[in-house]
Amino acid sequence: MKTQSFRLENVGLINRNKKLSFKFNGKFYYGYEGDTLASALIANGVHLVGRSFKYHRPRGFFGAGVDEPYAIVQLYRNGETEPNIKATEQELFEGLEATSVNCWPSVNFDIGAINNFLKIFLPAGFYYKTFMWPKSFWFKVYEPFIRKAAGLGVASIKHDKERYEHKYEYCDLLIAGSGPSGLASAYAAAKNGAKVILAEDKSRFGGTLLTSEVNIGNKSGKDWAEGIINELREMPNVTVKNRSQVFGYYDHNMLVMSERISDHLPETKKFHPKQRLWYIRAKEVLISSGSIERPIVFGNNDTPGVMLSSAAKEYLKVYGVLVGRNPLIFTNNDSGYETAIEFKKNGVEPIILDTRKNPQSEIVDEAKNLGINIKFSHVVVAAQGYKKVKSADIASISDDKEQLGNIKNIKCDCICVSGFWTPTIHLASQSGNKTKFNEDIDAFVPGTSKQNEKTLGAANGVYTLDETLKSSFNTGYELSKQITNNDNKVSFPNVVEKKSSVHDKFWCVPLPKGKNYKRFLDFQNDVAVSDIEIALKEGYRSIEHVKRYTTLGMATDQGKTSNLNGLQLVSKIENKVVPNVGHTTFRPPYTPVSIGAIVGREIGKHSKPTRKSPMHLWHEKNNAVFVDAGVWLRPRYYKRGNENLFEGSKREAKNVRKNVGVCDVTTLGKIDIKGPDAAELLNRVYTNSWLKLPVGKARYGVMLREDGIVMDDGTTTRISENHYHMTTTTAQAANVLSHLEYYLQLVWPELNVNVVSTTEQWAGAAIAGPKSRDLLQKLFPNSDLSNEGLPFMGYTEGDLFGVKARIFRISFSGELAYEVNVESDNGNFMWEKVMEVGQEFKIQPYGTEALSTLRIEMGHVAGSELDGRTIPYDNSLEGLLSKKKDFIGKRSLSRKAFMAEDRQKVVGVVPLDKKTSIPEGSHLVKDSNAPLPNPKLGYISASCWSVEHDNPFSLAILKDGKKMIGEKLFVMSPLKNKIIPVEIVSSHYVDPKGERVRS
Amino acid sequence: MLYIKCPHCGWRSQNEFSYGGDATVKRPELGKEVTDQEWDNFVYNRKSLKGKHWELWQHLSGCRQWIKVERDTATHEIFNTLKASEEIS
Ligand SMILES: [Zn+2]
Repeated sequence: MKTQSFRLENVGLINRNKKLSFKFNGKFYYGYEGDTLASALIANGVHLVGRSFKYHRPRGFFGAGVDEPYAIVQLYRNGETEPNIKATEQELFEGLEATSVNCWPSVNFDIGAINNFLKIFLPAGFYYKTFMWPKSFWFKVYEPFIRKAAGLGVASIKHDKERYEHKYEYCDLLIAGSGPSGLASAYAAAKNGAKVILAEDKSRFGGTLLTSEVNIGNKSGKDWAEGIINELREMPNVTVKNRSQVFGYYDHNMLVMSERISDHLPETKKFHPKQRLWYIRAKEVLISSGSIERPIVFGNNDTPGVMLSSAAKEYLKVYGVLVGRNPLIFTNNDSGYETAIEFKKNGVEPIILDTRKNPQSEIVDEAKNLGINIKFSHVVVAAQGYKKVKSADIASISDDKEQLGNIKNIKCDCICVSGFWTPTIHLASQSGNKTKFNEDIDAFVPGTSKQNEKTLGAANGVYTLDETLKSSFNTGYELSKQITNNDNKVSFPNVVEKKSSVHDKFWCVPLPKGKNYKRFLDFQNDVAVSDIEIALKEGYRSIEHVKRYTTLGMATDQGKTSNLNGLQLVSKIENKVVPNVGHTTFRPPYTPVSIGAIVGREIGKHSKPTRKSPMHLWHEKNNAVFVDAGVWLRPRYYKRGNENLFEGSKREAKNVRKNVGVCDVTTLGKIDIKGPDAAELLNRVYTNSWLKLPVGKARYGVMLREDGIVMDDGTTTRISENHYHMTTTTAQAANVLSHLEYYLQLVWPELNVNVVSTTEQWAGAAIAGPKSRDLLQKLFPNSDLSNEGLPFMGYTEGDLFGVKARIFRISFSGELAYEVNVESDNGNFMWEKVMEVGQEFKIQPYGTEALSTLRIEMGHVAGSELDGRTIPYDNSLEGLLSKKKDFIGKRSLSRKAFMAEDRQKVVGVVPLDKKTSIPEGSHLVKDSNAPLPNPKLGYISASCWSVEHDNPFSLAILKDGKKMIGEKLFVMSPLKNKIIPVEIVSSHYVDPKGERVRS
Repeated sequence: MLYIKCPHCGWRSQNEFSYGGDATVKRPELGKEVTDQEWDNFVYNRKSLKGKHWELWQHLSGCRQWIKVERDTATHEIFNTLKASEEIS
């Protein structure tokens, strides 16, 4: 077969010096640089690209760009695959591979096409009706069937190795679309000093100027556009972006644009992203998104070879490709003539069927003068041919458009349809603009602006070039003048264009007697005229309901070609005018956006910043196994040999109880509090009393939310007269700071206090165990660290081999323990010194798992008990509630439910067999055999292997916990399929009197 | 994404702020006896207005100041912003 046999010589904007090879459905073809996949396939005579969504009817090309409802392919590029790619938008590159979707086993022989012959069984709402019962069939039979039969491609399950970026930008004017209105307004505004971003979704700028026969300033439309773009590119106040789709208009003039940087290349260049998502905050937005040609509805109007007349013209003029050699043009306006004239100029004889009786205009005259065969008052009744148009049944039509004349069959290989133009109002509608119906063009246009947006040119229903350019130059000038206060006006060029006559408000060919051809409205979702009729018969009235029931205008297409014909039909049946039917809501994105672009760089480990302590490298070198603690990485345990987590953490915890251990506690939240009213603030924020804490002392405190729920706990130390150091849990650090700021700024502004986070400024090491004092004394030989010199909850400052250190005698493990803080830069030095000096005391570092074990068996509540659902009583913290003063949340504690005698309370749980570990999250029940739902008495909040008692031990929040000590209950974990008999014990399983910390 | 004028820093995008609820709620004075109803009105009861609403935002990733913002809850239009110390008029 001759390659590219539908390619014209010397026509088009493609680069014929660069031939590209590509593969479609396994076959090799050639195209040129500057082609789209669609234009290259049509150049090779390939029109069958897929199967339709519901009936699996053969699908060809309908448009030439973003409006394409059919030609969606699976793309293969550089070892990756991507679904949902429009062949009309995908630029050709060397080695491109693509396959059809929606067909199995192949596009030529598709089993699902049987749906086409069974289509009587698949009417509107067929999902709801057919697959509803029997219910048991849904998962096993219906769903797999639908899943296999439907869909627009396959998402890759591989990691995407491409990079995607986000960019934030501000501008005076964002202009969406580089057709005549976009170029004119951008040029006028840019010349007047405004900061302009001009976005074009295609690779070529100029929009319709690339294909229309017009003259601007004595240049062809295309050359004028090129001149303007080249000038704009050179201006420092202008950003010009092609391959960039403004797809969403959000609040406060924030728009989002997706820039396809590498999709047109065989592979992404080194250090380049594949796509970039722009968040643009614009002072003013000009929507110059143009219009989309409307189809006319007729029988079998989805047959490959039926396409928009403007698309046929674009394939010819931009790509030098003939969509057929025997074209039939079916039109209700002058646009079809432009396409016919282009065919004629290139030696192809078209036939025009015009629904109008006697149109008078320059273009019609030109077609007549060229000798084109024109049949007025004629329509296409039905396309014939299965995988490609072979002929058309045509007929004359009466003046009232109700009666068809005798049907004749004429040969043709494509039908180019023009049903006039629909403004692309998606962005305007997304911005909140209340659109209005324009009778002259049978379409909605933007109405009153809600945000700072204006719509220009064809998108605003203005279809003459002269008027479009005039208003666009003016708007660009006026808006830029408001913003920049400059007054530089560019001169308006002379415009030559052909005058058009009015279009015919005809949109749907009646069915001939005895025929029930499918007449499609929505080509992507296979919605036919009959489906809408059924929906209305069944009582659906609201256009939003009709949309959902029939799927009209849904999915990636967003009704680009189907919307208005659907509304026309509903209004006709309902006997309403279209504006009263209204249109469905346009939602972003206007076109599909890849998930990669939305996510950007925030993937995997980069989804959040990873925070590491200054000692991180040491932990790494010493076989730490890390765990995510919020955004921090913390050592979970330090692996020795083949130890697992259980063995390693047990060894570390035991060593703390027996000798001494050191734990990196840098991640704890730290807040520096200064000012004469600092004590008063603490006194209001914490539940216990703070006014009498002496300098050099620490105190444990609990803070509540106003609703009485425990918010956080920690120790705060009085460093000097008006200076306190507060610690928070790792997880709540940010919330506690905001909480303090809230009260200081809004509730008690009279308090003279400043708070600031110092979490990153201090590195912390907890040194715990019976030998910790001996170790500390060697680290700080000049400090008095005796039990009298530095008692429990005492604070002092010391000299650690020349480094200034803060020493707190506080304990999380229940052992004699200290916390040493040094400035972060000295963290590693401190750690190494602790380890070095600690050798003689058999020191071992311990991780978060051992830390948990130590606190659980001590009955020290932490995050798993302070879980945002518990009050102080529940955590046995009621001893810390001051009776003498008020504090945040105190009033809530006197509410009835919080005072209940049988309230939940923290308890200890031990398995009767002293062997079986208890899964966290398990429920506590009285009777393991009770019928479901088995009344739940409580839940296991934290579990460990007690190193002190050498058996499993858990903490639980248990209803009426106070009275339950000594009771035998069952732990049930349906998830782990476990039922464990347990005994309820005190939560203080080790050293209940707390003697060790004071030793 | 909203565009909020911080009275301290100027125009900033919403993602620098965190929301803080109704700005007109006054905390009962410390130590003052209040009824359950008064306390519930302070802690829980909110009107969930459609329309103009004075609310608190904190400029978290900026000056860290709590500010008052008058916003239309239906249209997101912002009419006014005030410093924490400024009274809603
Ligand atoms: Zn600020």
